[in-house]
Amino acid sequence: MKVLVPIKRVVDYNVKVRVKADNTGVDLANVKMAMNPFCEIAVEEAVRLKEKGVVTEIVAVSIGPKTAQEQLRTAMALGADRSILVETDEDVQPLGIAKALKAIVDEEKPELVILGKQAIDGDNNQTGQMLAALTGMPQGTFASEVNVADGKVKVTREIDGGLQTVELTLPAVVTTDLRLNEPRYASLPNIMKAKKKPLDTKTAADLGVDLTPRVTTVSVEAPAERQAGIIVGSVDELVEKLKNEAKVI
Amino acid sequence: MSALEYFNETHQMVRATVRKFVEKEILPHVDDWEEAGEFPRELYGKAAEAGILSINAPEQFGGTGEDVFMKVAACEELVRCSSGGLCASLGSLDIGLPPVWKWGSEAMKEKVIPEVIGGEKISALAITEPNGGSDVANLRTRAVRDGDHYVVNGSKTFITSGVRADYYTVAVRTGDKGYGGISLLLVEKGTPGFTVGRKLKKMGWWASDTAELFFEDCRVPVENLIGPENGGFYCIMSNFQMERLILAVTANSTAQLALDECLRYVKEREAFGRPLAGFQVTRHKLAEMATDIKASTEFTYRVAAKIAAGENCVLDVSMAKNVATRCADRVTYDAVQLFGGSGYMRGTIVERLYRDNRILSIGGGTHEIMNEVIAKQMGL
Repeated sequence: MKVLVPIKRVVDYNVKVRVKADNTGVDLANVKMAMNPFCEIAVEEAVRLKEKGVVTEIVAVSIGPKTAQEQLRTAMALGADRSILVETDEDVQPLGIAKALKAIVDEEKPELVILGKQAIDGDNNQTGQMLAALTGMPQGTFASEVNVADGKVKVTREIDGGLQTVELTLPAVVTTDLRLNEPRYASLPNIMKAKKKPLDTKTAADLGVDLTPRVTTVSVEAPAERQAGIIVGSVDELVEKLKNEAKVI
Repeated sequence: MSALEYFNETHQMVRATVRKFVEKEILPHVDDWEEAGEFPRELYGKAAEAGILSINAPEQFGGTGEDVFMKVAACEELVRCSSGGLCASLGSLDIGLPPVWKWGSEAMKEKVIPEVIGGEKISALAITEPNGGSDVANLRTRAVRDGDHYVVNGSKTFITSGVRADYYTVAVRTGDKGYGGISLLLVEKGTPGFTVGRKLKKMGWWASDTAELFFEDCRVPVENLIGPENGGFYCIMSNFQMERLILAVTANSTAQLALDECLRYVKEREAFGRPLAGFQVTRHKLAEMATDIKASTEFTYRVAAKIAAGENCVLDVSMAKNVATRCADRVTYDAVQLFGGSGYMRGTIVERLYRDNRILSIGGGTHEIMNEVIAKQMGL
């Protein structure tokens, strides 16, 4: 069984991002980039399925700049067998990505697509759902547990107020939540092996997909800096301040 | 990779792996290990599983092959664990093992290298003696040939990983006085006549096991000779090049970590009604620290690039070690000063860095010995 793992290159989660002076976006010049943490969880889950003997081939795919090769190389060091880069310098958005992924799904015919529930740059949380809609595959989002057996995948989902388990008929789309697994780090021998694994590059034109952004960003502002807190002497004082100063009750 | 970059994509991936290893396997426990004065032996196995111990070792024995900047990247990340002692003991194979793969017999390589880079056995280098460290050419531990054995008598001290090591790469005198009578022998733990003394208590590097070694009519098979008999001095000096580079990298990274701690602290800590960062004197101090670290790091990288290109770098690497350790001396001193009373308290990272840093201008050739090497290269 083949599994497709779409991944995204984003700003490293350790980086404190800054808004560009002209408020057009986040400053990416000389900023450390890395694989989106939810995508790491997706790769890890695919690798675990392969280790269990459920999956035979893992294909990683990324839609982004040439430098996204680094993240694909990392995915291969973690255990993906090969990868595909759909190279574009567009500021890609979920719908465009989902369309490109649909084209890849049509070519590769994976039985399972596992991807992060969202990327930490835009926090859109849309790509997996859109891909499921475009391909007609069933979806299990926010997975905290994934079990594949007998042509079906059982997905435990983290939803408001508890857990929900859904059973999907393969092929299916699964998006990963934070608690699904703890990703491993790539061992040095596997990093070396990853250098020799195949990485194909395609363009949006090859796939017949238009990646032009549909949504325009008007302005990007940094959130207001958090003010220092105070220690209150009593509950009465707290209530008084909440009522008269903060005016929240 | 741009032409100005020393680190390629593979190096970046190795860096990410070591960073995660440090975050996951070391940082949650490092304060306890420091106070306990040791870290669990299992950490060698975990580091080996990640492949971290295999850097630079020959490929046919499971290593990555020689790659200077992979080593530099891994070292920089490991130092982020904030325990110099842990880095020193976990990394003692970096000085103990290269003589084995460079000059050891095939049988020795096949046996020793996989076990050490596999994290099952620990390798240490033993050169310094109670009556002299810098004066390598006059070391006194004697090895006298008797049939198919050497009979070793003498002692070694300040040996990193000395307590827990299984394989010791030991410098002995097999010949006449001076540098022409020195050889390297591989001595295994448990060889009759070889004993390990108590664990030495140190100013810093608490998590590392440092020991004295005693040899009393210790019989070591002749096949344990590393390199030519009486040709050990060259091997030792050649081994120093990489050790000194790594010490320079360690010093730079220690200074960088101290600076990072300061940058965090000066924004939080308030004095006279504003954060420390609000004072020009603080900002300028930090600017000086950053500038020194940058200059030293760039120089070290340049020397590393020369070593990677196969150039003889005795002069440059000696200079790099002195520049880096002087820089780290200043930066760790200033870091403690910026932290004030907190910087003097155990549990503060800069306090540990200040202590751990002190050894870097002593071990692997003192500042003064480096200056002697430099002066000699200048024709003095």
